Amino acid sequence: MELLSTALGVHEKALRVRGERMELLARNIANGDTPHFKSRELDFKAVMTEVLPGETMASTHATHFAFADESGDDDGLRYRVPFNVSMDGNTVEMSVEQAKYGKAAGDYQATLSFLENRVGSIRKALRGD
Amino acid sequence: MPIDQIFGIGGTALNAQLIRMNTTASNLANAGTTAPSEGEAFRGKRTIFKALMTEEMTHAGAAYVGGVKVDKIIDDQKPIPKLYDPTNPIADKDGFVYQSNVNEVTEMVELMAASRSYQNNVEVVNTARELMMRTLDIIKA
Repeated sequence: MELLSTALGVHEKALRVRGERMELLARNIANGDTPHFKSRELDFKAVMTEVLPGETMASTHATHFAFADESGDDDGLRYRVPFNVSMDGNTVEMSVEQAKYGKAAGDYQATLSFLENRVGSIRKALRGD
Repeated sequence: MPIDQIFGIGGTALNAQLIRMNTTASNLANAGTTAPSEGEAFRGKRTIFKALMTEEMTHAGAAYVGGVKVDKIIDDQKPIPKLYDPTNPIADKDGFVYQSNVNEVTEMVELMAASRSYQNNVEVVNTARELMMRTLDIIKA
């Protein structure tokens, strides 16, 4: 079943990462009124490198240093720098988070469309008509 | 699966904002009350939110890391206004009654802020629900 497990390609993993990003933004929005809460953001590239191994620099000698992103413990979470600091130390800016959430939902739908296409092709191939 | 966590996180936020709205409603209802002493006068209530950052901070009712809860409800420390009204039956021996320290305008602003935050979280949950339904439909493609 090599074909079926690889047929969905990168999109299956991408969908998971996009879901995680939406969850993170939901956290930020939920804590929009919490004192001292720091808004966080997912570094998409860092996480995708994490779930897709083999796309980093290869070390060919024992004394080679590891590439900074290869440490393996990078969860991809970063603190966002706010445009304006609020008095209670909260860095969630609701309009920014809303815009990001809307875009993240769009990204998620884009990945879903790619997946739909893949699933459609597989069905076509299986049906054979 | 992370996307279904959104429902839980949004739910904790809806709950917290609802408590905030309830507190504000209570403040507004008691804005006109008077009391015979400073200690008995009504003090406005404020909700303090706290982020649920770790497993240990969540409890059975809201087991969602990343959500929010009402940490505590504190009394407004603004001074209690003192009114000279000797005809009032509850006036003290010097003829003073003590009013609540609630400012109606502040409470209305608080109510609007809470209701906007509530709406924000409703939208978050709605979007997540739509995406989840589309994910379920993927097999029909």
